[in-house]
Amino acid sequence: MVEIYNLKKAFNSHIVLDDVSLKVDRGENLVVFGRSGTGKSVLLKCMVRLMEPDSGKIIIDDKDVLSLDIKELNNLRKQIGFLFQSAALYDSMSVRQNLEFPLIRHFDFSPEEREQKIISVLEKVSLLEAIDKMPSELSGGMRKRIGLARSIITEPKLMLYDEPTTGLDPITSKEISYLILELQKSLNMTSVVVTHDLLCAEIIADRAIVLNDGKVQYEGSIPELTSSNDPFLKNFFSHEFIKEN
Amino acid sequence: MNNKTPTSAYLNSIENRLNEFFIMIAGLWTFSVQFFRYVFVPPYEVYEIRKHMNELGIKTLPIVSVTGFIIGLVLAMQTQPVLARFGAEAYLPGSVGISIVRELGPVITALIFAGRVSSGIGAELGSMRVTEQIDAMEVSAVDPFKFLVVTRIFACTFILPILTVYVIFIALAGAYIAVVLVQNMTIEYYTNAVLYSVEFGDAIPGVAKTFVFGYIVGLVGSYKGYTATNGTEGVGRASTTAVVVSSLMILIFDMILVKITLWLWPTF
Repeated sequence: MVEIYNLKKAFNSHIVLDDVSLKVDRGENLVVFGRSGTGKSVLLKCMVRLMEPDSGKIIIDDKDVLSLDIKELNNLRKQIGFLFQSAALYDSMSVRQNLEFPLIRHFDFSPEEREQKIISVLEKVSLLEAIDKMPSELSGGMRKRIGLARSIITEPKLMLYDEPTTGLDPITSKEISYLILELQKSLNMTSVVVTHDLLCAEIIADRAIVLNDGKVQYEGSIPELTSSNDPFLKNFFSHEFIKEN
Repeated sequence: MNNKTPTSAYLNSIENRLNEFFIMIAGLWTFSVQFFRYVFVPPYEVYEIRKHMNELGIKTLPIVSVTGFIIGLVLAMQTQPVLARFGAEAYLPGSVGISIVRELGPVITALIFAGRVSSGIGAELGSMRVTEQIDAMEVSAVDPFKFLVVTRIFACTFILPILTVYVIFIALAGAYIAVVLVQNMTIEYYTNAVLYSVEFGDAIPGVAKTFVFGYIVGLVGSYKGYTATNGTEGVGRASTTAVVVSSLMILIFDMILVKITLWLWPTF
């Protein structure tokens, strides 16, 4: 589903992604770990060309993303959902209008069909009562769930999550993580999840990679990574602080 | 050790400001080109344009009403003694009418509109930029430039002339109050004197240039907001610089447009 080869991205002289290559199979959940500032979000943004990488190749659903013109890119983007760290709900629109937004623009649904889809997706995220609320009236967890609902309403083949549980309490984090897993199973989506939340990763990950110094340095299942004797991974996943040399 | 002398630091800051200025000019030009490329391409987002026109018009209506009324009133009060010195008080409605229709009405409305609307657009789009709402729109395959920028520039371009016509009438009403206060003049005489002095040739270029002013307000506000960076600080900067730049551009373009009008129609 996703293949990335030798991806490089630098901001001025600061190299963020340095020769990153990875593959995600159809229906797989890949979790991306890494310290803050190691380019995890940049990686996601390059995949949908919100940022242009300096070099490399990105293949999504057999299409070379970097060589697509804007029309082809938008056709591909219709098949990709993106949950931003801040949920990025349009704050001048109600929840209903937020959810309607992609439907009105990309599909020829009748108003009744649109309403049906909105209700069904809000039921999936258990927030039907918020349908007429404005984003400013929602809590952080509710915003995340509505953001998730907006991303999946077009039934994308690929979902990209940028820190879906950041800033949420442990119970809401778990709820969101199980929701992601459930949606992935029911809609048969492929997911790439950037997170620091080990619990979230344990719930949803089929496989994980760890970005360090701009490269994919470690790869494996969550138990493999957490039980590794590698000093960096030990430091990353354990509760105790090991000072790096 | 810091090798920078005060002079070199000063020159550096001038260089940086010049750089920023030329980047902004290039950015505004690119935005303009993009606007004309998109404005004729469907979907036309009529609902959004209508919504913005409503919001912008209603938001600005109270302040332009008060300002227009006071400007008309004060202008008539200031002009009356000057004309009285030459025994030309009968020309008061005509001279005030021409000043309001040709210059004061359009420019004052545009400057107030810039202060109210350009900063609002800058702040709104700026906060959408820093909270990733614009990115979210782009990634959902909707062109944010067309949806957010084109609709706002279009709405500004067409709402400002309507507001200007309204302000001209309000200012003329203000002027009438002043005339009644200092001179014993009936409303019929005042209206006839204004209509006799002010011709369509005065009104059309005056109102026509507000299309350009409205375009400038929408363009600068959208550019500053859309390209905002550095979080909330950047949003604040986008909002304030939008007002300064659009007000300055309105005055510069007013000068150019008056010159062009006088050149094309020497009688104006």
